[in-house]
Amino acid sequence: MFRTLFDRDTWQEIFGSIQKNRLRTIVTVIGVLWGIFIYITLSGASKGLDNGFERQFEQVAINSLFVWAQSTSLPYDGFRTGRRMQLKLDDQAYLMQRVPQLQYVAPRISRGAFGGQAANVGRGTKSGNYTIYGDFPILVKIAAKDIYEGGRFINQADIDNQRKVCVIGERTQKELFEKSEEPVGAFIEIDNMYFQVIGVHRFTGNGGFENDSDVYIPFTTFRKAYNTGDKVDWFAMAAYDNADVVLAEKNIKAALKVKHRVHPDDERAFGSFNLGEIFNKVKGFSSGMNLLSLVVGIATILAGVIGIGNILLISVRERTKELGIRRALGATPSEVRAQIIIESVFLTLIAGVMGIVLGSFVLATINYLTVDSTSLPYTNPTVPIKFILGALALMVGLGTLIGLIPAQRAVSIKPIDALREE
Amino acid sequence: MIDISDLHKSYKMGQNSLHVLKGIDFKADEGEMVAIMGSSGSGKSTLLNILGMLDEADAGTYILDGKEIKDLDETKAAIYRNKFLGFVFQSFNLIAYKTALENVMLPLYYQKVSRKERQTRAQKFLEQVGLGPWATHRPNELSGGQKQRVAIARALVSKPKVLLADEPTGALDSKTSYELMDVLQTINNQGITLLIVTHEEDIANMCKRIVHLRDGIIVSDKKVTQVKASQYVE
Repeated sequence: MFRTLFDRDTWQEIFGSIQKNRLRTIVTVIGVLWGIFIYITLSGASKGLDNGFERQFEQVAINSLFVWAQSTSLPYDGFRTGRRMQLKLDDQAYLMQRVPQLQYVAPRISRGAFGGQAANVGRGTKSGNYTIYGDFPILVKIAAKDIYEGGRFINQADIDNQRKVCVIGERTQKELFEKSEEPVGAFIEIDNMYFQVIGVHRFTGNGGFENDSDVYIPFTTFRKAYNTGDKVDWFAMAAYDNADVVLAEKNIKAALKVKHRVHPDDERAFGSFNLGEIFNKVKGFSSGMNLLSLVVGIATILAGVIGIGNILLISVRERTKELGIRRALGATPSEVRAQIIIESVFLTLIAGVMGIVLGSFVLATINYLTVDSTSLPYTNPTVPIKFILGALALMVGLGTLIGLIPAQRAVSIKPIDALREE
Repeated sequence: MIDISDLHKSYKMGQNSLHVLKGIDFKADEGEMVAIMGSSGSGKSTLLNILGMLDEADAGTYILDGKEIKDLDETKAAIYRNKFLGFVFQSFNLIAYKTALENVMLPLYYQKVSRKERQTRAQKFLEQVGLGPWATHRPNELSGGQKQRVAIARALVSKPKVLLADEPTGALDSKTSYELMDVLQTINNQGITLLIVTHEEDIANMCKRIVHLRDGIIVSDKKVTQVKASQYVE
């Protein structure tokens, strides 16, 4: 078998027979080529989509959720319906204690984030209105902040000492500072109070609510400056990696309802946004896509390989006489069989490799066209090498199996009958 | 060299059975050149096919070079054919997309001879049949006589004990036929046993012995004085 495989005559043989039916061979090869091409393109695209979603969520803990206060919709415990709810700072410790799924809870407060009046921020003659957030350092565990070199985010000492420091956005920097100026260490004015800039955060365009002009100051500084007391606008939270985020969300609301004396069935009192749940849905969607591309790809490859089996059957029929001559000259049935099977596998492989190259080319083109797009969830479309090897193995396997049919036909004709055929 | 006795062969044609060979006894020694003659349907081709292990007899024994040939499966038959026998067919049966040299090399390929060796040996045999300069030509670029000589070179290249020729001159004009017989006589003189099926009297007379078949039995078997084909060739 191996001798046959590495012999020049075998290949001369295969090329001879391929050249005799050039058009038919090309059309057949396109069948398999198309199959593997579809497979590679589809699975690469779905991987790209996967990566794209991954990128959209990379700065945010994938199992994070957010809770804010609204108004009650049911009367309870002597309170009227429509009572305006307010989250308090001590809810943080309470939630950590009552909801075991939670890993981090970050209280947040802001001016300008949800309606409200944005703060007036200025430096020298330049000024603008920007959203101000009062935050704890723990926030970066939930929504990572990408700080430019030389700067930092708010730390515990800032909180403890109620320091007047701030982290500004890229755009804030552009609008308040000259290009040559170093923002870190400089002072800016926020609602007539001076704050020292300790860092500049890079805009990453994900997560949804934040943008490149946000200004972060320590939570304690915020509440002193704006006299907000224990008020918290919303909690950003992250559940443990293996926790059930849907259950966590339910537990959080239940706990808050108990603490804030809200009717257990009141669905309106607290609003929430469960990023983890959405992320899981997206994940499910892309694994569905993966499965679909696998099924479609394999089915198309199968159809192509059957086409090759078909052409070989015809080719064997046309070559009956030639195969008869060979057997009269001493070719054993297994040698004849090996020749046909090698031909089948060879055609399949050539078509497969061409399909892989073509598919990769298309994926590379798509990648090139979408590389700068931040809005499209599509990044780095790749096909794992084991999938490609798997597809090749599948094709060789199928090529051998399908080759067996014409090969068996070729040896089932007696040489004497083959020679008699004109 | 060849020893067959009481050979029977019949073909089934639907309901009827056609008894083609009805007990053939035949012996040929090494170096003989035997013409097998007979009208069509006399069973001469069937006999040759059985001798060539392309077909199997229903009954009787067949001993080739001291070895009894029986219970052949395809693989064994292929190996025997390759080792002991050379074939020349009426319709040449060359492979169209291979050059003359490659056609001659083919039996050696199945003997697992190395490529270089195959090439030298094939070239030598092509030269022996006078086609050295035509080695790289494909069959469609050769005349009928040349094709048949390529076929003879191909049959000889594996150094067979017996060369079986089925109407080798059937598709050739008489001048070319005589040239071909000259080649075959030369080969025979080198010691190779030749069995030639023909229905042409003049071709048969160029052999050393003529066997007549009629309706599946040998009706006559006599030695003849060989007519040298070379005298007809300029």
